[in-house]
Amino acid sequence: MSAVMTETWVEVGNLSDIPRLGSRVVKTADDEVAVFRAADDTVFALSNRCPHKQGPLSEGILHGHKVTCPLHNWVIELENGEAVAPDVGCTRSYAVRMEGDQILLSV
Amino acid sequence: MKERLVLIGNGMAGVRTLEELLKLEPNKYEITVFGSEPHPNYNRILLSPVLAGEKEFDDIVLNKREWYTKNSITLHAGSPVVEVNRVKRKVIAADGTEAEYDRLLMATGSSPFIIPVPGAELDGVISFRDIHDVEQMLVASKKYKNAVVIGGGLLGLEAANGLIKQGMEVSVVHLMDTLMERQLDEAAGAMLKRSLEENGMNFMMGAQTEAILGDKRVEGVRFADGSVVKADLVVMAVGIRPNIDLAKKAGLYCERGVVVNDTMQTYDPRIYALGECVQHRETCYGLVAPLFEQAKVCANHLAELGYGRYEGSVTSTKLKVTGIDLFSAGDFHGDDTTEEIVFQDLAGGTYKKLVIKDNRISGAVLYGNTVDGAWYFQLMREGTNISDMRESLLFGQSAHLGSSGHGGQSQASAMSDDAQVCDCNGVCKGDIVKAITSEGLFTVDEVKSHTKAGASCGSCVGLVEQILANTLGGDYSAPEAKPLCACTEFTHDQVRSTIREYELTDKQGVFDKMDWRTADGCHVCRPAINYYLISAWPDKAKDDAQSRFINERVHGNIQKDGTFSVIPRILGGRTTPHELRTIAEAAEKFDVGEVHFTGGQRINMLGVKKEDLPAMWEFLTDRGMVSGHAYGKALRTVKTCVGSTWCRFGTQDSTGLGMKLEEATWASWMPHKFKMAVSGCPRNCAEATIKDFGVVCVDSGYELHIGGNGGVKVRATDVLCRVETEEEVMEHCMAFIQLYREEARYLERTAPWVERIGLSYIKQRILEDVPGRKALLRRFVDSQEVAQHDPWTARAKGAEAHEFTPLKKIGE
Repeated sequence: MSAVMTETWVEVGNLSDIPRLGSRVVKTADDEVAVFRAADDTVFALSNRCPHKQGPLSEGILHGHKVTCPLHNWVIELENGEAVAPDVGCTRSYAVRMEGDQILLSV
Repeated sequence: MKERLVLIGNGMAGVRTLEELLKLEPNKYEITVFGSEPHPNYNRILLSPVLAGEKEFDDIVLNKREWYTKNSITLHAGSPVVEVNRVKRKVIAADGTEAEYDRLLMATGSSPFIIPVPGAELDGVISFRDIHDVEQMLVASKKYKNAVVIGGGLLGLEAANGLIKQGMEVSVVHLMDTLMERQLDEAAGAMLKRSLEENGMNFMMGAQTEAILGDKRVEGVRFADGSVVKADLVVMAVGIRPNIDLAKKAGLYCERGVVVNDTMQTYDPRIYALGECVQHRETCYGLVAPLFEQAKVCANHLAELGYGRYEGSVTSTKLKVTGIDLFSAGDFHGDDTTEEIVFQDLAGGTYKKLVIKDNRISGAVLYGNTVDGAWYFQLMREGTNISDMRESLLFGQSAHLGSSGHGGQSQASAMSDDAQVCDCNGVCKGDIVKAITSEGLFTVDEVKSHTKAGASCGSCVGLVEQILANTLGGDYSAPEAKPLCACTEFTHDQVRSTIREYELTDKQGVFDKMDWRTADGCHVCRPAINYYLISAWPDKAKDDAQSRFINERVHGNIQKDGTFSVIPRILGGRTTPHELRTIAEAAEKFDVGEVHFTGGQRINMLGVKKEDLPAMWEFLTDRGMVSGHAYGKALRTVKTCVGSTWCRFGTQDSTGLGMKLEEATWASWMPHKFKMAVSGCPRNCAEATIKDFGVVCVDSGYELHIGGNGGVKVRATDVLCRVETEEEVMEHCMAFIQLYREEARYLERTAPWVERIGLSYIKQRILEDVPGRKALLRRFVDSQEVAQHDPWTARAKGAEAHEFTPLKKIGE
């Protein structure tokens, strides 16, 4: 998608704004984005809707590079938004770039 | 270059290991498979339905040839291996094909035992082991009339049943006096025999085969007593023995089977073996569940993950023989030191026998109705003292615990395909059967993750287990004690005792000490570990917010649309106009979607936006209301009636006592939610007899109740004791809560906990051991000093603010 559209990188905050194994929400004009910080400080961003029943993924428990949806325990890959088998589904993922401790989101 | 892995044996155990390995390390090995049969891997368990004409071979194939291609596996089907050269590290097949290995996996299975009698080599004498045998039987059934099956075990009876369905006259010859004597006792064996006779099966019991008669093709069978029976087809189904010839020839140490260690390695560490050909800790297994446990461990080791040990399996057998449900576990014969509880209904076709030793179940046989097999097996495995439930034990768990949510259905076989099994997730029986056959599922956990049946409230798990047994037929065995989650091989109890023994105070300490397989656990283990840590060390362990489920992290209940509900505490369910006004104003000010009375005498404000929570809490706490903990694994509510202050029947001040109980116990974290009630007289208007801890006031004092539940499984409380004063009520209540906090497993309600450990044990700890009770009380009070702070007040003042505000708003 980014190959076609012009990328806009928006600075959304500092790494320390998100607790390790935690998540914060960024509200955009047309979506709510969950920004996750894994234990290894990798940052990921997904649309804040589980592909199952639109549960807010930002409220889930993080483990490894995965998050468990708080509504029905679907497990979603943070890298690409794919549900872990045997569940099937995918939520939109957003590109993240770090500049030092600044988190930039491609929206 | 990739390492080379060779698998000898293209059966269920070996291929399952490859599947597990590919999940862990898809690119580590170049894999070659040798199978002696000219087929891809198929489900041997389902041969009986093929023989009975209910299924075709294609229906029972587990991995089609495309699967091998897709995973770049070289398959030599119909190519039995005849030699393993350990020096040159290669295997040689009968047709001369060779393959070199870095690691070798032997899963050669077992062979049917052919009794060495004259005539055993004649045409028409076959075993019942693979699809080739089944094809031979099908051909014979079209040409011939009389079949003799030697062996009255599971396989023999399945073969006989199939042959009858194909139109043959079948006699079953059994050396012993009881059919399936390894799974059934005499009484159940006799019931099975009678039922099979009604279906046209003939039996010759206690008959020793002496010779098989005939010139080229079999014509009859002669027994030791000289009698002769006519036969055009003889099926030998007297047992199996591990296939160890190849391993022996290669110089690997074998006894009854190929001897392996806990990582499934033979005496040559490059060579692994698993399945029916191995002997592990003196035991050979023939059921599928242990083989799959072995496959998991073996795959882990092949992937060089270095964790996972196979420590043997405790199995129960749940079988369906020719349409009849059977279950057995443990030592079901018993001896001089055991006693029996028996139920027998010949006309109704039901038989249950429990063998009891020292008030614990040591064995069980069920015939006809096996719905409670899993429950008895659990009681047996956990060594639960059953003296408190002796009288109702035989009537099963549902007599003991009522249940809701599946229309009272207890027999899966009687359900139609469109009947709903899991009412939480809307899964029908047909969906489950389809998933089992098409996805090749073998365990309840697999069914749960593929279909979601049983994955929510869990009340239908017994039915799911029956459907598994019915679908898989004669080879389903229940798994043994479960690890806490997939991140570890340890159980809840082991994790907890390690935390205490080594004084571990944070999750990393647990992960390191217990060799966790994942860097930071998962959504199952982290909340459990966090609870075990803070309950073991209330003053030392730091509560880890990121290991808490969202409800406990933000102190509200998440709803399906991502909003939260807010329930303020109303002690004892007695409120005031001021509190009601506060709630009404809060509801209007924050525009809540709905106001609802709860079952525990509280008021629920639903539809609150997360960002509004701190302001709403500030509004409430400023006016004297605190968190109701309706979201937590914690004390929820103490429900009361108005008691002697108003009621003409009231015997004590139930409202006042309820408020005192709630005042003392709120904000205490527990393994699961905890509800209390105090009723002012035996009319019990506060429904104290379905609470975790209930008090029924009587004229002379207070009757204390424990372990009740009004949810999925209704359970009336057990009476703990009667006491005379409110102080004694408080002491017993807090000591009981602390015992529950210290000993129940995370997410275990008091009802199943009391079932598991027994009322006698609780009485001993709370009533008989008075110093022990005082010590429990002391530990509870100490932990409350740390825990009893209102989380709403703190957050209204700005604690954990990041939880409630967006990181950024763009483009608004």
